[in-house]
Amino acid sequence: MHKLEDNRAWLLVVPVFALVAFNAVIPLMTVVNYSLQDIFGPGQRVFIGVEWFREVLRDLTIQASFLRQVAFSALVLAIQIPLGIAIALLLPRVGWKSSLAIILIAIPLLVPFNVVGTIWQVYARPDIGFLGRGVNAIGIDYNYTASAVSAWITLLLMDTWHWTPLVILLAFAGLCSIPEPYYQAARIDGASRWAVFRHIELPKLRGVLTIAILLRFMDSFMIYTEPFVVTGGGPGSSTTFLSVRLVNMAVGQFDLGPAAAFSLIYFLVILLFSYVFYTILKMNEGEP
Amino acid sequence: MDADRRGHPILFRGGAGVIRLENLGRSVDGAMHLEGIDLTLSPGINVLLGRTHAGKTSLLRVLAGLDRPTAGTVTQEGQDLTALPLSKRNVAFVYQQFVNYPAFSVRDNIAAPLRRKGLARDEIARRVADVARRARIEPLLDRLPAQLSGGQQQRLAIARALAKDAPLMLFDEPLVNLDYKLREGLREELRGLFHDGQTVVYATTEPEEALQMGGTTIVMHEGRVLQTGPAHSVYRNPASVTVAEIFSEPPMNVVAARAQDGRLTLGDLTLPLPDHAPAGLMGCRVGLQPHRISRSPGPIRLEGETLLAEVDGSSTFAHFRAGGQPWIARLDGVHSLPIGAPFTGFADPADLYFFAEDGTLLAPARGALHG
Repeated sequence: MHKLEDNRAWLLVVPVFALVAFNAVIPLMTVVNYSLQDIFGPGQRVFIGVEWFREVLRDLTIQASFLRQVAFSALVLAIQIPLGIAIALLLPRVGWKSSLAIILIAIPLLVPFNVVGTIWQVYARPDIGFLGRGVNAIGIDYNYTASAVSAWITLLLMDTWHWTPLVILLAFAGLCSIPEPYYQAARIDGASRWAVFRHIELPKLRGVLTIAILLRFMDSFMIYTEPFVVTGGGPGSSTTFLSVRLVNMAVGQFDLGPAAAFSLIYFLVILLFSYVFYTILKMNEGEP
Repeated sequence: MDADRRGHPILFRGGAGVIRLENLGRSVDGAMHLEGIDLTLSPGINVLLGRTHAGKTSLLRVLAGLDRPTAGTVTQEGQDLTALPLSKRNVAFVYQQFVNYPAFSVRDNIAAPLRRKGLARDEIARRVADVARRARIEPLLDRLPAQLSGGQQQRLAIARALAKDAPLMLFDEPLVNLDYKLREGLREELRGLFHDGQTVVYATTEPEEALQMGGTTIVMHEGRVLQTGPAHSVYRNPASVTVAEIFSEPPMNVVAARAQDGRLTLGDLTLPLPDHAPAGLMGCRVGLQPHRISRSPGPIRLEGETLLAEVDGSSTFAHFRAGGQPWIARLDGVHSLPIGAPFTGFADPADLYFFAEDGTLLAPARGALHG
C-alpha cells in the first residue's frame, strides 16, 4: 500500500533538535573530544584513543574516591529514606498543624548548597561552633579538620539535615493519597499498626519512594559543594569524593584529557546505577 | 465457625440474628449525620436507598463499629452492641473504592482475613478456592490487584468479604465506580452470593439497584429513615413525595393540581378525575413516574417541546415542557431528540399518584395496587 508522506512535519521538530544539540550534544562532544586526544596547545593535538580512560580506571586515588562515594551514597540512603518515611508517618495529615509542619520541614531545602556548607562549617567548628564546642564540652573528641570519622559524621549530618525534608515531603504526599477506606478496611480486618504500614502504606508509597531513592542517590553521588566548603576533601583525602577529585584534576591540575575521560565514566556510572535502582524498584510492582 | 484463637468473644455466631437500632443518632461537631433512627435489620438483604449525604455511610460505619453513635442503641438479639469495639465484631465491609492489599496476590488477599482468624492451612485453601469460584476470579489468583481491571478489583474486594463469612456484610455503593455493563452484571450475581443467615446491608443511590437486589428497602433522607418495607411495596406505595423522588430515576414528576367537579387540573391541563383519586380531594400534588410516560397514544396527552434529552445506559431521559410544566419521560432505548423539537408523551390516569400538599401519600397509582 502506498502512503503519501508529508516530510514537512520534520520542520516542527527542528527547534527541539537545535536546542538539544546546543545545550547537550555539543558540550558533551567537547568532552568526548578532550577524552580521546592529547592536547598540547592550539592546533597541537594527538589522537590517543582510549588511553585516558585506561589511565583514569587504573588511578588508585580515583578508585579510592569511588569506593568512598559508594559508601557515602549507601549511608545517605540508609539514613534518609527510613528517617524520611518515619517522620512523614508521624506528621498530622490534615489541618493547620499539618501545613505548618510541612513549611517548617521544607525550610532546609530552600537554603543554597554553599550556604548549607558554610552554616555547618561554622556550626561544627570545635573552637567557635555551637555543635562542635558542645560535643567537645561533654567529653567527646570531635574535630572534622583532624579526624576522618568526625568529617564523615559532619557531612552525613549536614546532608541529612539538608535533604531528608525532600524524602519527608515525597513520602507525606504518598501517604496523603491513600484513600481512607484502606485504613478502615485494615481496622475491620483487625490489622496491627505494623501490618497497616507493611501491607498498605509501604506498597502504596512504592512509586514516590522510587523517585526519592533515585533523587537522593543521584544527588549524593554527585555531591561537591558541601564537602568542598566544609572539609575541602580532607582531612587527608578522607572526604575526597568523586566530584572533588574530578574538579581537582580538571581545574587544579588542568589535566583536561583525563578529566574528560573521568567525567564520561562518572556520568555512565550514575546512569548505570540509576538504571539498576529503577529496575529493581519497578520489579514486581504489578503495574501493567 | 468464626472461632477466634485469641479468645475474643464470638459474636453473631452463625447469623447476625435481628439487629435493632433504637433512636440512633450521630452528630459530628454539631452537624447531624443520623437522627432518630429506629430500624430492625433481619437476616437477608437490606438496601439503604438515599441520595448522597443521606446518612447511608454514617449508618454503615456505626453498624461496623467504626464510629460510635452519639445517641441511641444498637442491639443484636437483645444484646447491647453500641459500645462494642471493632475488634470484637465480625463484619465485612466493601467500599466504593476498590480496597485490596496492594502487595498481596489475589490469593493472599482473600486469605488475609482467614489467616488473621488462625484457620488451618487446608481450610484456608479450600475457602479461597470456593470464594474465588463464586466471585469468578479463579483464573486471576496469582495476579496482583494493580494487574486487574476495575471490575475484577471489586470482585476481589467482594471475594475477601465473602471469605470472611461474616454474619453482617456491609456494602457501601460497591458498584458506583464501575461502568454500566459491569455494574449490571455484578449486581445480578451479588444477590446469589450470600447465604441465608447473613444480614446484608447494601447502600445505594440507585432505585434500580434497590429493586434488583430485592429484600427490604430502607429509604433514607437527611440522616433519617423515611420508609421501610419490601422493595416493591415501597416502590409502589411511597409514603411521601420525597420517597417517591428518591425511589425513581430520574425523579418522579410531581405537579401541583386541583380537583373540582370531577375534573383534575394540572397547570394548563385538564382531565377527568381518575377513579382512584381519594374522595373529597381539593388541592393536591400529583405524581407520575417518568417511565410511565410513553410515546404510544394513551388517555393523557402531554404535548410540548423537548428541553433536553440524555441517554442513560439503555434508556433516554427526555426533558420536555407541556401544559406549562416541565416533565421528564424515561423512554426505553436510545432516541435522538433535538432540543426544541416537538415532543408528545402519553400517560394513563391510572398511573397517577396523589399526594397531599404536605407531601404525604393520599393514593398510590392504581396499577401499583396489583401487578
